[in-house]
Amino acid sequence: MMATSYNAKDEDGHITVSGPGTMRSKKPENTAFKQQRLPAWQPILTAWTVLPAFFIIGLIFIPIGIGLFVTSNNIKEFEVDYTGVDVSSPCFNCSQNYMWNSSRPCTCSIPFYLEQPYQSDVFMYYGLSNFYQNHRRYVKSRDDSQLNGDLVSLTKPSKECEPYATNENKPIAPCGAIANSMFNDTLELFYSDPNGTLIQIPLSTTGIAWWTDKHVKFRNPAGSNLTVAFQGTTKPVNWRRPVYELDADPENNGFINEDFIVWMRTAALPTFRKLYRIINKNNNMIPTLPQGNYTLEVVYNYPVRSFEGRKRMILSTISWMGGKNPFLGLAYISVGSVCFFLGVVLLLIHYRCGNQNNSQDISN
Amino acid sequence: MPWRSPLALLREALRGQRAREKDLRNLVSNLPYEGLEKGKQPNRYYSGNAIKTTKYTLLLFIPMNLFEQFHRLANIYFVGLAILNFVPVVNAFQPEVALIPIIVIMSLTALKHAWEDFRRYQSDKKLNHKPCSIYSRREKQFVERRWKDVRVGDFVKVVSNEIVPADLLLLYTSDPNGVCHIETSNLDGETNLKLRKAISGLCVPNPEYEPESFNCTVVCEKPNNNLNNFKCYAEKPDQEKVGAGIESLLLRGCTMRNTNHAVGFVVYAGHETKSMLNNNGPRYKRSKLERKLNTDVIFCVILLFVMCLVGAVGQFLWLKALPAVPPYLVPDSNGHLDSPSLSGFYMFFTMIILLQILIPISLYLSIELVKMGQIFFITNDVDLYDQETDSCVQCKSLNITEDLGQIEYIFSDKTGTLTENKMVFRRCSIMGTEYPHKENAIRLAVLEETETEDDIIFNQRPRPTKTGWSLESEDTQRHHGSSSRHKSKVAGNARSDVAFSSPLETEVIPDRMLLQQISGAERFSSSSSRETDPHLDFFLALAICNTVVVSMATAPRRRVSGVSSSSQTNNPLDTLSNWVKKTGSLRHIFTSWRQDHFNPPLKMEESGEVDGLQTCSLHAPSLCDNRPSATSDDLCFEAESPDEAALVNAAKAYGFTLLARTPNSVTVRLPSGEDLVFQVLDTLTFDSVRKRMSILVRHPITRECLLYTKGADYAIMELLGSPYAEHLTGNEKKTAAATQHHLDCYAKDGLRTLCFTKKVVSAKMYESWSVDRQRALAAIENREQLVMDSAVQLETNLSLLGATGIEDCLQDSVPETIVALREAGIQLWVLTGDKPETAVNIGYACRLLEEEDLVINISCNNKLTCTSILDSTLEEVRRYAADPRNVGTTQDISLVIDGRTLAMLLSSDLQDGFVELARRCRSVLCCRVTPLQKSHVVKVIREKLKVMTLAVGDGANDVNMIQAADIGIGISGQEGMQAVMASDFSMPRFKHLKKLLLVHGHWCYTRLANMIIYFFYKNVAYVNLLFWYQFYCGFSGTAMIDYWLMIFFNLFFTSVPPIMFGIMDKDLSAEMLLGVPELYRSGQGAGVYRFSTFWVSILDAFYQSLVCFFIPYLAYRDSDIDLFTFGTPLNTISLFIILLHLSIEIKSWTLVHWLIMLGSVALFFVVTVAYSGLCVTCNPPSNPYWIIQRQMVDPMFYLICIITTVVALLPRYMFHVLRNSIAPSPLQQARHVDRLDPGTREQLMKEWRNLRGSGPVKRSRLSTPPSPTLDTHADIYPVSPIASDIMGDESTLNVITGNHHHT
Repeated sequence: MMATSYNAKDEDGHITVSGPGTMRSKKPENTAFKQQRLPAWQPILTAWTVLPAFFIIGLIFIPIGIGLFVTSNNIKEFEVDYTGVDVSSPCFNCSQNYMWNSSRPCTCSIPFYLEQPYQSDVFMYYGLSNFYQNHRRYVKSRDDSQLNGDLVSLTKPSKECEPYATNENKPIAPCGAIANSMFNDTLELFYSDPNGTLIQIPLSTTGIAWWTDKHVKFRNPAGSNLTVAFQGTTKPVNWRRPVYELDADPENNGFINEDFIVWMRTAALPTFRKLYRIINKNNNMIPTLPQGNYTLEVVYNYPVRSFEGRKRMILSTISWMGGKNPFLGLAYISVGSVCFFLGVVLLLIHYRCGNQNNSQDISN
Repeated sequence: MPWRSPLALLREALRGQRAREKDLRNLVSNLPYEGLEKGKQPNRYYSGNAIKTTKYTLLLFIPMNLFEQFHRLANIYFVGLAILNFVPVVNAFQPEVALIPIIVIMSLTALKHAWEDFRRYQSDKKLNHKPCSIYSRREKQFVERRWKDVRVGDFVKVVSNEIVPADLLLLYTSDPNGVCHIETSNLDGETNLKLRKAISGLCVPNPEYEPESFNCTVVCEKPNNNLNNFKCYAEKPDQEKVGAGIESLLLRGCTMRNTNHAVGFVVYAGHETKSMLNNNGPRYKRSKLERKLNTDVIFCVILLFVMCLVGAVGQFLWLKALPAVPPYLVPDSNGHLDSPSLSGFYMFFTMIILLQILIPISLYLSIELVKMGQIFFITNDVDLYDQETDSCVQCKSLNITEDLGQIEYIFSDKTGTLTENKMVFRRCSIMGTEYPHKENAIRLAVLEETETEDDIIFNQRPRPTKTGWSLESEDTQRHHGSSSRHKSKVAGNARSDVAFSSPLETEVIPDRMLLQQISGAERFSSSSSRETDPHLDFFLALAICNTVVVSMATAPRRRVSGVSSSSQTNNPLDTLSNWVKKTGSLRHIFTSWRQDHFNPPLKMEESGEVDGLQTCSLHAPSLCDNRPSATSDDLCFEAESPDEAALVNAAKAYGFTLLARTPNSVTVRLPSGEDLVFQVLDTLTFDSVRKRMSILVRHPITRECLLYTKGADYAIMELLGSPYAEHLTGNEKKTAAATQHHLDCYAKDGLRTLCFTKKVVSAKMYESWSVDRQRALAAIENREQLVMDSAVQLETNLSLLGATGIEDCLQDSVPETIVALREAGIQLWVLTGDKPETAVNIGYACRLLEEEDLVINISCNNKLTCTSILDSTLEEVRRYAADPRNVGTTQDISLVIDGRTLAMLLSSDLQDGFVELARRCRSVLCCRVTPLQKSHVVKVIREKLKVMTLAVGDGANDVNMIQAADIGIGISGQEGMQAVMASDFSMPRFKHLKKLLLVHGHWCYTRLANMIIYFFYKNVAYVNLLFWYQFYCGFSGTAMIDYWLMIFFNLFFTSVPPIMFGIMDKDLSAEMLLGVPELYRSGQGAGVYRFSTFWVSILDAFYQSLVCFFIPYLAYRDSDIDLFTFGTPLNTISLFIILLHLSIEIKSWTLVHWLIMLGSVALFFVVTVAYSGLCVTCNPPSNPYWIIQRQMVDPMFYLICIITTVVALLPRYMFHVLRNSIAPSPLQQARHVDRLDPGTREQLMKEWRNLRGSGPVKRSRLSTPPSPTLDTHADIYPVSPIASDIMGDESTLNVITGNHHHT
């Protein structure tokens, strides 16, 4: 298609003067490359040659699968849905709220029972369902330079943030739909002592975001004081507090607030969980979360009825492979078995048909 | 320059336009107007000599190139997408980023165009600045100017070895006879010298030409591109007109030879010259594969449409299902949200942008690159190099390489294509007596043998005695042993500067009987010069009746050697030593001569002439004194056709040596040593209608006007007058009958025949005829017809002298090539202008026809017969094929048709029957076909049977056929370059067709087909990932992969491996493909690239993308995975899948493969790591910062990558394994054989060939005549005598089976 204008020299119809050079032989060089005789490895896929590969895959995959499966099963995970869709559920009243900025905070508490003690560090997640954080226009609705502490972007948010770039002629910090829709429920966990007293479990608010995010990607605008630094900007429409009042700890406030950072990392799938708190193990003798009754206290702010969403709180221990997911283990086991089975089939094929075709039967 | 009104300018321009458009142009000399302003110049309307072949100018390059590129649909699609991206509601990526692919592709293309244009510019500049001399009135002499300064109406002087700068009407030459020689090899590749005559009667042959005396008006036709035709006349002030034709025109680009200088009047300049008008740039053909590919691209468009529709409807439904406005729906800047239907509508376009690479735009660029690589390898194949002509295969059409692998029909010319086009005089018949020339036959046999064994002969040869040649130095002698063969070939090469003059062609050993006859006749004729013996006349006719130009072997045409002008000096020793330097060493010539000495002892007893012929060359130095009366032995005959050279050489062998030819005289030396100078009165040149040429001479002694005519037997025999006429004596009748008998015998032996006649023209008759002739020559209207009529007028009542038989040797390994091509499932047709007998014979010799074949010969004279014969034959052939007894043992059917019958069969009503019959025949031989019929046959077969056709030929008569076929191949042989220039590929020998088709054709086709299939697969597999993701992002058009990485993925990470695959993959070795030609069949018809293959690969792509998306999806479901962290493993996995998929398809892994594959993976990781490591906020709003780094330390990443890749590729892998194990295709079996060691492989290949039929081993001869109705030696189609009576013409249809006699 594009060769229409190719013009080799002698096709131009130009007169080529036969000079002394014409006596040189035009014989092509007899090199392996030009004659296409480079030494080559020519594998032929036949039953016999690939047999080992199948058995090896089978032999490797099955143990890996078992390992993954066992690991996944050892992970303890507990999930409680506090959306309050049911009339009977404690959060039903709160869930009727469609509004973001309802003046009266609505709280509800959900009791639950942990059947097993959680030994290691426990990760506390909030989970949202049917929340399309990966919607194209939502994903784009942010200004990374602003979040990186760029002063120009702070006062002049990028166009991508529209319509959440300015409010009442003041630039919004942080701008954009993602920030605007930040998850704002407060979750607190209480352990019901067998005695009946409620002991609040200490939740760590730091260490939940990526280190690189917290230290490189997100930066507060320069300024002696966050309040001063954010002078002239306004809070996102749905927020109750400005960004510099997210946390009392100056290391976890403003753009580098970890809850904020975690939210800003948009989820890939509409049902997702996000790390909310970490329950650190502080004593080797006592389980982090002993078996028993617990209560989840929720300050219910986040409306999900507009998209028929669900809110969950998840407690999970984690391993090297992350959270609980038996899928990969099962996949490895089944693929390994299939490969093993195929290996056997190929072996049979080899003995049935291989003999006639392996060597010289070309007349077949 | 005075100011002129725009109106005047416009009028001037219009007038110029009209002047250029006029059918006749009036040109006058520029000299009287020299120095005047442009508006006063009489020839100002005609284009100047400066040429410009560039397409662009420096300033306008960008707009013009853009304009050119936007002519392509694909680019428009691209730009449309880019523009779509700037529409805010539909854009999927940042608009600027979306421009990158189109910009990259278009700038690459523009770069290529610019480079080509620059090269054109450079060569234009070089040409325009060449020096030439133009006459200047002011300086009263020729002054040096540049080519670009030449204008129409100028006088240009061309000296020897200079290139003619424009089309010149020759006015004057330094030769006293007003002739000059030109070499047209730059134009048409013909190396023989052509004679040009100065236009007569315009100038007195002064020692120096005075251009100022030129006062005529030259009237010539409008420029056209016909190199062989030119009409003009010069009108003198006294109204006298002098006609001139192509014989007085020096074409731009020709080289002046053998003439000191010449002066010409410029009639056409620059772009109006014939050579420039003939230059139509490269050809563009679309290959079959590409046509199929385009339909598949349309399927891709449909697929894209469907997928976008799914996205649009999905978006609509998704929005509909939402109970309220969720926080993740972002309104536009006014806070307004589109309705679901409008969003769905917008989404359709967003999805087009998102999934755009489903249409494989870069495929076109990749195909082009692949083809360039394939052409590189084809042209560099050392097996396709011919040492004798020092030439390789050339690819003129750059985009049909893969068609070479799909050929089903080959149409071949015979002469020069299957045969050498080296004519060897074999036998002659004079006055009804046959002279078989047995000794000559033996010589030829021996010569052929020695040619194959000359190494041995060389080494056994005693050290040559030192000759008187001083240039032969000792050291060249020392190492001749090993390289001798090569050197002798080179020597042959040097000699073949002169066409048709290899020793094979030049030497003839006379028949002893005939020699005696001649010497007797000579004695007799010297006593009574009145009655000349017909034998002497015969040889005179041989020597005279031709257009052969004589030059001296020791002082050959001086060639331009760069800038050195030493060759122009007149010192013969100088020229000689130049020439020796050029050819390497003269020793080679000695050795080639000496070889002959060595050959047969029979030569020793031969007559003096022959001995002299060989010995005298050893005294080469003594010949340096350029006297024309030097010994006759080093004369070189430069002929336009090889037959003529052969005949002149034959005459020389009998002592009738052509010494010189000028337009007005021919000098012949008789055996007695006497030189006769015949005055040439006229030459009636050969044309394809008359099929004969004549020369009218005045005998120097008897002063008789003699007309010698030679021509094809059927063109001559009927001019002998009716054999039953009364004036024809019984003797003459007998002679004619005997000669005809001999001619038939010659033809059966596969010799080319020519008849020679003589006629004594009375003086009175000549007078009246020549008046007619002059009138015909001066005519401008209808000249060809008039000239031909005048020729026919004279060529009557000829008396037969005799006939000659000339052999055209088959080229090297033609039979093997034909057998191999046939085994490859290719039907071969030979279309020749020869007689049926000759053609059939050659057919057997080259194994086009096999001895056991059933040969059907159809020949009829009128259409009715033709119809009935065709019907009955077809019926019979069908019955024969349907007969169950014939299955497996069927004899192959071959068809022989003559031109007249063919013309009838090709008429529209018989076409279908003919095609049907031809389809059932294994080979078809058409005789006596005209060039137009050749192309007609090709067209009919191509269109009716929908097959891939290839035409191969070497001469101008094959050009039509070459252009009509899917692939045209020109043999760069001895008959000029017209065929080569019209062809798509040119190659030196017919045998190269075998490797070109069987190996390169197969390779190119499988490579490209697989590459294209893979390309479709690759794009679909990758794009579908995005499509599946839409189901999880509310059909909002989100990409989970950073757009830069997506672009890089297609542009860098996965673009080189398929191109390498298309250029370098090698499924089978060349040896295997040549050894088992049957393997070629895999490419014929639908071939590898079928409709089903396309869909299978699309389905596979869908499967793989599903796996590639859903395994990570399930693994990461309900976790805290974020958008790009999810996309990164997907991107990595698809890279692995796509590359490993290719690895399964790659048949042979060389170092290059490994490097590119591993390099692609490495590049991916390096680029991705660097990009996501360095880019913190550089590409808002998408931000891949530190994502791959985190993934790469996560074991899950690797575990997911591994299992996904395995699951995705398992089916394809299994499919290959099972196919290879259970039902291997012939190609697969061949691959198995290919891996064995050479010895076993050889044996297996042989077995294979034998098993699969028509191999070299003849099938059992015991097979009974298969059909009872097909009895051998019987006319199986009893055309009822009544019927033939009614039709009143003879119709022959005979089936020749069994052993055909041939020698």
